[in-house]
Amino acid sequence: MIEIVAPGPLATIQDRGRPGYAHLGVGLSGAADREALDRANRLVGNDAAAAAIEVTLGGLAIRLPSPTTVALTGAECGGAPGWDVAVTLPAGSRFALDVPRAGLRSYLAVRGGIAVPAVLGSRSTDTLGGLGPPPLRAGDLVPTGSAIAGRVSGEVATAPAHRPALRVVLGPRADWFKRKAVTALTGSVWTVRPESSRAGVRLMGPELKRKVTTELASEPTVPGALQVPMSGMPILLGPDAPVTGGYPVIAVVHSHDLDAAGQLRPGDQVRFHLW
Amino acid sequence: MNELLARAGPDEPMHRVRLLPCGDLATLVELPPDAGVLEFRADVAALGLAGVGELVPAARTLLVHHSAARGPVVRAALVTLPLRKPDPIATTAPVQVSVHYDGADLSGVADEIGCSVEAVIAQHQDPTYLVAFCGFAPGFAYLLGLPSALHLPRLATPRTLVPAGSVAIAGEYSAVYPRESPGGWRLLGRTAATLWDADLDPPAVLTPGRAVRFVAA
Repeated sequence: MIEIVAPGPLATIQDRGRPGYAHLGVGLSGAADREALDRANRLVGNDAAAAAIEVTLGGLAIRLPSPTTVALTGAECGGAPGWDVAVTLPAGSRFALDVPRAGLRSYLAVRGGIAVPAVLGSRSTDTLGGLGPPPLRAGDLVPTGSAIAGRVSGEVATAPAHRPALRVVLGPRADWFKRKAVTALTGSVWTVRPESSRAGVRLMGPELKRKVTTELASEPTVPGALQVPMSGMPILLGPDAPVTGGYPVIAVVHSHDLDAAGQLRPGDQVRFHLW
Repeated sequence: MNELLARAGPDEPMHRVRLLPCGDLATLVELPPDAGVLEFRADVAALGLAGVGELVPAARTLLVHHSAARGPVVRAALVTLPLRKPDPIATTAPVQVSVHYDGADLSGVADEIGCSVEAVIAQHQDPTYLVAFCGFAPGFAYLLGLPSALHLPRLATPRTLVPAGSVAIAGEYSAVYPRESPGGWRLLGRTAATLWDADLDPPAVLTPGRAVRFVAA
C-alpha cells in the first residue's frame, strides 16, 4: 500500500496500455515513456505487465505504511530515495519529488505492482477516454499487488541517452500538404506549448500549409502521429489520443523515439528528422 | 511491392487500394469508394498473416498494425487482396435502440431542412443502420444509413457537455453518445439503453458490422 500525500500536477496509474480495443474506439493509453516504465518494473523484479505510477513534472509525495521496495525512473527528480535503482524503505518512510530538471514524466514502481482493478485488460488511466482509475489525489491509498517475476535487481540501470531530434516517417497524408510544409517540418525548431497533455503535445513553429483543403473523412491514427488541424500547428498525438481523427497526419514519429516524445515538456524545443 | 504493381499491367482493373505509411508499425489502407471497409477487414483477418496486429476500420480506410519486420510481406499481401462491395444486408439481427425524441436540436433540424419535427423523427427511424466504425470516444459508433435529407454539418460551436445516451446526427452518420462528453453533433433525442460497459467484454453493444434500428420509446 502507498499513501498519496500529494499527487503533484498529475499522477496516474499506467501500465503497458490497453491494446486490442481500438476498433471499439478505445485508445492504447499506457505509460508515455514505456522504456522507463519497463526499467522501473525490472528493477523491482516485477512482471513487465505490472502497473506503476506515472508522475508529471514531479510533485508527488508519498508515505509507505509498510516496508516497500520501490524504483524511480524517467525524468530525474530531486527528493527521491534513489534513481534508476531499487531501494527498500522501512515502514513510515516518506519522500516528495521535486520538479525534474529536464524531461516531463517519472515512474514509481513498487515491488508487486499497483493492484487497482484492470479495465479491459489494463490498469492504465485513459485521461481522455475516461477509462481506468481516476488521477491520484491526496489521501488516496493505492494498493500494491503480487505481479512479481523475479528478484529485486541489485543493479543501477542505465537510462537511454537524450535524443536531440525525433525521427519521423512521412505520411499517411504528407501529400495533403504543400511541399514547403514537409521541409518546414524537418527544417524547423518546434516549441512545446503549455496546453500539452497525455492526449497530445501541441507544437508551435511555422504554419504547415495544406495543398488539399477538403475535409478528411475520419481515419485511424496512432500515438506519435503529427496531426495538423486547420491552424497549421501540428499536434503530436500521445497515448490517450482518440483512435480516429479528421485532420491529416503529415508524419508519424518512429516507434524507437516515442518514449522521447513522451518526455517533451512545455517550453522544450524539438526537431524532426526523416527516418 | 513495386514489382507487384508492375505485374498488374495497364489492362488489369484500376489499381484498387492505396497503401499509406503510418509510422514503422502500421499501414493505412485507403479503399476505393465502392469497396467495403468491413469486408476488407474480414478478408485481411482471414489471411491470418504472421506479425499482423489490430485492424482498425474507419470511413474509407483500414489501419493494419504490424511488426516492423513483417511490414513488406504484409503490404504485399494487402495490395493483392481482392476487394468486395459492401454487404447491403447485415447478417445479424438489428439491435433495437428505443429513443425519446426530445433532443435540443430536433426543431432546429426540422427548420433547417424545411419539414416538421414528426417528419424528422420518421426519417431518422426509417432505415436499418450499420455500425461502420468506432472512434472519437470509447464505444462511440458511427452509424451509416442516415437518409440524405438529414445530412447536415456539425454545429458550428460544439457543446461542452452532451449527456450520455444522446442520439445525434452529423454528416452522413447517426450515433449515440456512450458517455457524457463534449460534442458537436445535432441532438435528436436520447436513449436509456446501456450501449457501453467497460466491465463487459466486449464492452460495446454497437460493434463494427452490427445492424441498428431506432424505435420511438
